[in-house]
Amino acid sequence: MPGPMMRGPGPRGLKSQVAHPGKVFFRLIRYLMAHYWFQWIVVVACIVIGVLANVQGTLFTRTLIDDYITPLLSTETPDFGPLAGAILRVALFYGIGILANFIQARLMIRITQGTMRNMRDDLFSHMETLPIRYFDTHAHGDIMSIYTNDIDTLRQMISQSIPMTLDCVITVASVLVSMILLSVPLTAVSLIMIALMLIATKVLAGKSGSYFVRQQKDLGAVNGYIEEMIEGQKVIKVFCHEEACVEDFRKLNDQLFHSADNARAFSNVLGPVNAQLGNLSYVLCAIVGGGLALGGVGGLTLGGLVSFLTFSKNFSRPINQISQQLNSVVMALAGADRFFRLLDETPETDNGYVTLVNARRNEDGSLKETEARTGLWAWKHVHQADGSVDYVELKGAVVFDGVDFGYDPEKIVLHDVHLYAQPGQKIAFVGSTGAGKTTITNLINRFYDIQDGKIRYDGININKIRKSDLRRSLGIVLQDTHLFTGTVMENIRFGKLDATDEEVIAAAKLANADAFIRRLPDGYQTMLTGDGSNLSQGQRQLLSIARAAVADPPVLILDEATSSIDTRTERIVQDGMDKLMQGRTSFIIAHRLSTVRNSDCIMVLEQGRIVERGTHDQLIEQGGRYYQLYTGNAAKQA
Amino acid sequence: MIKTLAKQVKEYWKASVATPLFMILEVILETIIPLLMASMIDDGVEKGDMGHILRIGAWMAVCAAGGLFAGVMGGKYGARASTGFARNLRQAMFENIQTFSFANIDRFSTASLVTRLTTDVTVLQDAYQMILRMFTRAPASLLCAMVMAFTISPKLASIYLGACLGLGVCLFFIMKRATKYFQQAFPKYDDMNASVQENVSAVRVVKAYVREDYETKKFRKTSENISKIFTKAERSLSYNSPLMMLAVYSCILLISWVGAKMIVVGDLTTGNLASLLTYCINILMSLMMLSMIFVMVTMSAASARRIAEVLNETSSLQNPSVPDFDIPDGSIRFDRVRFSYHATSEEPVLKDINLSVRSGETIGIIGGTGSAKTSLVNLISRLYDVSEGTVFVGGKDVRTYDLETLRSQVAVVLQKNVLFSGTILENLRWGNPDATEEECRQACLLACADEFIQRMPDGYHTRIEQGGTNVSGGQKQRLCIARALLKKPKILILDDSTSAVDTATDAKIRKAFTEEIPDTTKIIIAQRISSVQHADRIVVMDNGSIDGIGTHEQLLKTNAIYQEVYASQTGGSGDFDENGGEQ
Repeated sequence: MPGPMMRGPGPRGLKSQVAHPGKVFFRLIRYLMAHYWFQWIVVVACIVIGVLANVQGTLFTRTLIDDYITPLLSTETPDFGPLAGAILRVALFYGIGILANFIQARLMIRITQGTMRNMRDDLFSHMETLPIRYFDTHAHGDIMSIYTNDIDTLRQMISQSIPMTLDCVITVASVLVSMILLSVPLTAVSLIMIALMLIATKVLAGKSGSYFVRQQKDLGAVNGYIEEMIEGQKVIKVFCHEEACVEDFRKLNDQLFHSADNARAFSNVLGPVNAQLGNLSYVLCAIVGGGLALGGVGGLTLGGLVSFLTFSKNFSRPINQISQQLNSVVMALAGADRFFRLLDETPETDNGYVTLVNARRNEDGSLKETEARTGLWAWKHVHQADGSVDYVELKGAVVFDGVDFGYDPEKIVLHDVHLYAQPGQKIAFVGSTGAGKTTITNLINRFYDIQDGKIRYDGININKIRKSDLRRSLGIVLQDTHLFTGTVMENIRFGKLDATDEEVIAAAKLANADAFIRRLPDGYQTMLTGDGSNLSQGQRQLLSIARAAVADPPVLILDEATSSIDTRTERIVQDGMDKLMQGRTSFIIAHRLSTVRNSDCIMVLEQGRIVERGTHDQLIEQGGRYYQLYTGNAAKQA
Repeated sequence: MIKTLAKQVKEYWKASVATPLFMILEVILETIIPLLMASMIDDGVEKGDMGHILRIGAWMAVCAAGGLFAGVMGGKYGARASTGFARNLRQAMFENIQTFSFANIDRFSTASLVTRLTTDVTVLQDAYQMILRMFTRAPASLLCAMVMAFTISPKLASIYLGACLGLGVCLFFIMKRATKYFQQAFPKYDDMNASVQENVSAVRVVKAYVREDYETKKFRKTSENISKIFTKAERSLSYNSPLMMLAVYSCILLISWVGAKMIVVGDLTTGNLASLLTYCINILMSLMMLSMIFVMVTMSAASARRIAEVLNETSSLQNPSVPDFDIPDGSIRFDRVRFSYHATSEEPVLKDINLSVRSGETIGIIGGTGSAKTSLVNLISRLYDVSEGTVFVGGKDVRTYDLETLRSQVAVVLQKNVLFSGTILENLRWGNPDATEEECRQACLLACADEFIQRMPDGYHTRIEQGGTNVSGGQKQRLCIARALLKKPKILILDDSTSAVDTATDAKIRKAFTEEIPDTTKIIIAQRISSVQHADRIVVMDNGSIDGIGTHEQLLKTNAIYQEVYASQTGGSGDFDENGGEQ
């Protein structure tokens, strides 16, 4: 059955070694049975019926010759009536066999497609729960490869290897029984030949397997080289480095050719070797059987011999087929291993119990929880000790108190950070790359958890706030804008799913995005594809600002884009951001002077520490690091 | 397309011819075996002639041995031919891509070139082996078995012929429908992968807006649809196997019935009947295989087309037949230059460009996005050819120079630059393979890269990861500048190459340029006024034309665009930190 051909980069440096193949195998079987156990049972039943129908057909050859043709030959006036009856009987069995085969084919499609859907859904929904750290530490290409390459190898295993193996095992068993019934000595001859085939398979598959592993490694190397060089093709041209690249590539390519050639040659040879061993077995059985039938030993008849010989062929074919499946099973297990490993990743933990609720103010000024959207939000704090409930108004005050953090607990990148942001204040972070600006903002929304210290949001330790509620109260505009396949409208609405068209348009206007959106071919209904590749960098930024605007959060985190956009667009983006920040607590990672200048407080970060803080004027007056960054001159002698 | 691809078989033509021949030999031998079998039963077993049985048995053993030889050789040569073909395809594509001009590279996206070199080649390798081995084996097997069946009994063989025709017609229609369904289904599959990709790279956005459930729901819907489409496509194929069984079983029963009658009248022997039944499976299996191969080959046609496209692409830039290897100096002159990326586009990217640059002069270029700054400088090292007019370097038309000479004398630091995996030193030596470590250091000092390289654990031997992910944006830019400096070029072009370098360092680099390489013509494209304001002259680009040329002071007085940009960057520097490479 032709499978979906994978587009996109081929396998990367596959780790084809599975630590516990047995464990993975049984887990995979359990996974497969979980949803479709009933269908699998029916499939097995259908396979049994199909095999039996086939076997009785083969047995019929003997009956045909011995019980019908031979007696007919000796009668003067042959009566074909009994033969016709026998044929009709066999036809009936065949009919059942065909029906079983059809049912099996249909069910297998449902099982395969259903299982693939479940696998993808499980993968995706689990992936969505994983912490950011997982995505930091795993190459995106490798994650993608599970969805494409690994699921595809599993598809092949489910739809081909498993039913084929089942079929083969059942065939071998039933044929073996029939053969023993026909003639024990001949069966012994056959079994010796089968043993030979198994040995040949083991040797050849082993050889092919080791080359196969090398081939995957070489393929990974070639693909890696191709990706890197094509990516840098223009640089290669500028440096006239073409010939050197071709030479390097030739070496890698030749290596791949050798391992692929050998891997393929050994697996190609396996088929003919086993087939001819099968033929040899056929010949041996014919000679021994001929001798037996002539000598009348062992009760073997001529018809019996013919049937046996057909069986002998049926016996070696399935074994040959199973051996051909070996490589794909090995690959599928490696795929299953990676699949399960992703499912085993621990999801983001969330022990928060403080939730965000709509609130209404009572006469006495206290807050009351309500179902309706009031525009007033409150933190609902259920005290764990006595179960009493407190409501705290959501204002957007953020406090960092002696915060230490490291992506790797061994390597602290932020040291003893103290920070106070009053509701509505604008806090700017400046400093060189790697100083820890982005890291700080990643801690507020708990993309990462801190090692030491406390972060409080409206006076509540953020560890107590349910993550989803915490994040809902924060708007974020990332430096790298990410848009989704869908219309412009849908992309903005991502910020607030129940926003009306009017709300979306209002947000776009606030973000200065409305003007350019209206000029797009289909306005707000324009489809964006490939991360908004049909838009300019500045336009994509405007959309991500509009997305934050529609969410209307009390606290904003803005990572100013650094890529060069021209001055005019930049001013539009800047203006959009300014409008968005009005009346909200904002944290901004700033790269431009105009952004910082009107901040309430500027934090200058250096190697994970806040080295200076104050307003623009204060810091210029101070003449330290900020002054240096700002003027491009060496620090003023204080 | 076939011709283009067939050319790449090259030295593997012998293996490619041998494979089908061995396959045919194997098939012939396989066909003879049932024939010998019949003879064994009829003349040996029935007549009680043990000698005959042994004689025939020996012949059969010989056939099996021959079959083994043919099979093994066929397998080996098949592997050699297909993997060799794949090697040649990859090599040829890679080499051809190396000859591509920038215009050619623009035509294909990077991702699509990578797919063509990897997945598509693998698909074609499989298809080629299939064609060499199975595509000869199946029809040969069909033909041989048919011939044998006809020699035994034309009357019974015609039953096969009928079954073959019937099955063939049915398979044809099934496959036609299936191919159509699959072709509809595959793009959806690509869409789904794209959406996963999107979620992986935008995970921060999803989490920040707490949209995990929303995205999961969206994905489930897509996944469900894919599953439905593929179920439909595969269902169209599910008739194959039962149909095949129907044909085989009908043949067996018909042959048994008719055969029995013929044996009774003496037109057929029992041995022959057994042989005929063996051929039955051979014939119909071959037909089945043929139809499957047909589908797979059809599906690989798309890959074949994509590969042929790359192989057939000829570079849009050719080296002159009598190239000039001598570039006298670093002067540049644009004479009534007009340029567009596509010959067909009406509005040119650059129009009416006249500009003279003296050797050793420093020129700043400034202008909004889309004002064609990059397009302008790309013409100097002949990364693209002008549509009209002429670009002169050292007083001669750039099209008269040897390309390699021109490009080593005109060093461009590209806007979208990359470093390659390898040590810093290896990366620097792209500029000059023979550069000593000391020369590399000198270049790095000029580009202000030495300071951070020294701080790295292994200094100049520090390994750069693929894509330069372990250095910051600003460091990467400085390394790229150093790499270009090692060429010791007569003209140095920096295309927005210090955007991620902080203002102070940027100034230091410019100062070093003025002092250390005064004779090199320097062209600096920038967004920041501070990067260009000290240049000898500044060119203001707007919408494909030169809006003004002059010194900083002159332009501030006369040029509206320049004034506007300057006003927006008050304080003299637009941004003040080292950025760009931050995650």
